[in-house]
Amino acid sequence: MQPVNDHHALIAYREKPLAGPDAEFDSADAGPAAAEPRLRLKGRRLLGRGARKADPAPSRLSYRFQRWMLTPGIRLGLRIGVPFCLALLAGGIFFADQKRRDALNIFVSDIRTSIQERPEFMVNLMAVDGAGPGLSEDIREVVPLDFPISSFDLDVDQVRDTISGLDPVKSASVRIKPGGILQVDVVERQPVVVWRTQDGIELLDETGAHVADLASRADRPDLPLIAGDGADEHVGEALALMRAARGLGDRVRGVVRIGDRRWDLVLDRRQRIMLPTERPVQALERVLAVSEVQDLLERDVAVVDMRLGMRPTIRMTEAASEEWWSTRMTKTGNGQ
Amino acid sequence: MTDIYQSQRAMRQMRRQAMQRGVVAILDVGSSKIACLVLRFDGTGRLSDDNSIGSMAGQTGFRVIGAATTRSRGVQFGEVSAMQETERAIRTALQAAQKMAEIRVDHVIACFSGANPRSYGLDAEVDLEDQLVTEAEIGRVLNACELPDYGTGREVLHAQPVNFALDNRSGLIDPRGQLGQTLAVDMHMLTVDAVAIQNIVHCIKRCDLELAGIANSAYVSGISALVEDEQELGAACIDMGGGTTSVSIFMKKHMIYADCVRMGGDHVTSDISMGLGVPTAVAERIKTFSGGVHATGADDRDLIDIGGDTGDWEHDRRTVSRAELIGIMRPRVEEILEEVRARLDAAGFDHMPSQQIVLTGGASQVMGLDGLASRILGQRVRLGRPLRVHGLPQSATGPGFSSAVGLCLFAAHPQDEWWDFEIPVDNYPGRSFTRAVKWFKDNW
Repeated sequence: MQPVNDHHALIAYREKPLAGPDAEFDSADAGPAAAEPRLRLKGRRLLGRGARKADPAPSRLSYRFQRWMLTPGIRLGLRIGVPFCLALLAGGIFFADQKRRDALNIFVSDIRTSIQERPEFMVNLMAVDGAGPGLSEDIREVVPLDFPISSFDLDVDQVRDTISGLDPVKSASVRIKPGGILQVDVVERQPVVVWRTQDGIELLDETGAHVADLASRADRPDLPLIAGDGADEHVGEALALMRAARGLGDRVRGVVRIGDRRWDLVLDRRQRIMLPTERPVQALERVLAVSEVQDLLERDVAVVDMRLGMRPTIRMTEAASEEWWSTRMTKTGNGQ
Repeated sequence: MTDIYQSQRAMRQMRRQAMQRGVVAILDVGSSKIACLVLRFDGTGRLSDDNSIGSMAGQTGFRVIGAATTRSRGVQFGEVSAMQETERAIRTALQAAQKMAEIRVDHVIACFSGANPRSYGLDAEVDLEDQLVTEAEIGRVLNACELPDYGTGREVLHAQPVNFALDNRSGLIDPRGQLGQTLAVDMHMLTVDAVAIQNIVHCIKRCDLELAGIANSAYVSGISALVEDEQELGAACIDMGGGTTSVSIFMKKHMIYADCVRMGGDHVTSDISMGLGVPTAVAERIKTFSGGVHATGADDRDLIDIGGDTGDWEHDRRTVSRAELIGIMRPRVEEILEEVRARLDAAGFDHMPSQQIVLTGGASQVMGLDGLASRILGQRVRLGRPLRVHGLPQSATGPGFSSAVGLCLFAAHPQDEWWDFEIPVDNYPGRSFTRAVKWFKDNW
């Protein structure tokens, strides 16, 4: 048997303060609760902590409410829907006033402008490359920009379309170079033929597009002449004919489009070679071959008619015909 | 009969719905506490990489996401005695668990221990129609069991096929797909008082919850407190609760017997309260902190302050030696264990091949109980704790929660019961069209 010592004599398992005289020291500490005013409103009994009930169970209402709040859909609605609606409501209230809307718009546009007008984004001048002096004057005229201008306000596509719309411009590329330069690269149309119409004389390029008006044929004697309705749409054929007629040298006056259907090659001495609708170059080459062998075109021939390929026809001049007739008469008379 | 069948099938349907929703609450309605766990099912359980069963004993299909326990009010001997109080207690526990889980729970699986459970062993034998055991044949043989007269006012709580025999091969667990001539089944049926079930169902309905299953707590605490080989080889689980002590015997992973002694830890407390003249709460505290069943010489000198609040100094300074306390507790614990012994004897437990006894439940935490129990019940006694499950808080891992944890396992993997199989067509009174079709099939 173990000796009784102090340790064992101690009272074990004392968990809470003793009840009895010692306990008064504890209860004295709970002063404010004891020193309650004698006069108090009745509602406090309901609202205060004194009305705490011993039953921890939730009431049916709070139980149902909590279950309702724990439903996933409701939770989602509270977490996302309610803040969203509140933000929407606040925004709606804020923007309901015209003054505030305007203030916000001005604020936003101020910021936009301050960013757009930074020197990094400004374009100071326009450089035109590949155009002659007259054309570049025209380009500056049709693109009325007052520099410096912000590159945000500059519609490069529209500028390019405007420049491409000019007659002498074949193609144009417009871009903003670093350093604030609006670079316009232009390829000019080169005139290849002179087109004489009833309205005047025009220069056309190889696609038939109008390049410039001309005061007089003598201004560009180096270019071949074409005439006739619709000749501008078949400049390529005309050029081919002119190339084929190169052998005739300076006898060639030009080509004329007849009935917007076929070509006539006009030479000096009012000679005319009427070419068919189909394969006019080959027909011309036939005439030239005949001419070379038999000096056809050197003779007194008014028209070489190649319109029917099976039956080439020539028409002589009036003087030649009369000569021909008198010679026959004479011959016949002599013969008889 | 069909009534139970239909209501149990409805509960199974509820359980399937709860599984689809993924959340179910576990409610252990005990006499001293009501425990509520909220389970989240996240897919089927997977074995670990090396194909071993892993540290969770394969119970990985679910996770406890909310747990709460509250003092039980209005439950005596594991039965509802005051509906309103019980309903409020259930509400308290469930609300706290829901709050912890942060999700609303609509389906509840409940267990309770009382209501005079009584076990019946049934058997039946049928000739197979086309020599192949199908699900319908199992339903037919289960339905062929001759029901004993279990009395009016009682309901079947569990009816589990324990053993199948095909011709002369017995011990089949799953005979489906096998060939034979006759199929025999042994079924274990547990009946309880219908009123107790109705009361609990009513309490749960009043909490706006759907009942997705109901179980006997002797069964579910056996599931969680017995380890696998004990369930396989045969063992008895003794769940010492507050108001009742439940006994269940397992064999081949099936419960084959369950019973309930209507005495528990509360009776020990009330003995202390009466013997020492202290309030129940003080008696409970003394029992918990310094209780025991085996006195030693040192206990004579261990004086326990039992206190009081009367203001009478002499009365409030009373002390009692621990030996006296043990002297009060021990006869009651002995009485409980003797009663359990009688129930085990009645069940023929001493004929079992393995006579392992596992003590669990809140009242099994009395110091020295295993020594006392081994003198009364037999040599092989151990104290059992519930299986580990995912997410269970530390405070809910004690032996007092073995039925709650067992109910989790029951919810995740319920055993086949009689109502999981279709009743054969010819026993259905209603389905005349199906019968007509069957008649055509048979005759044409």
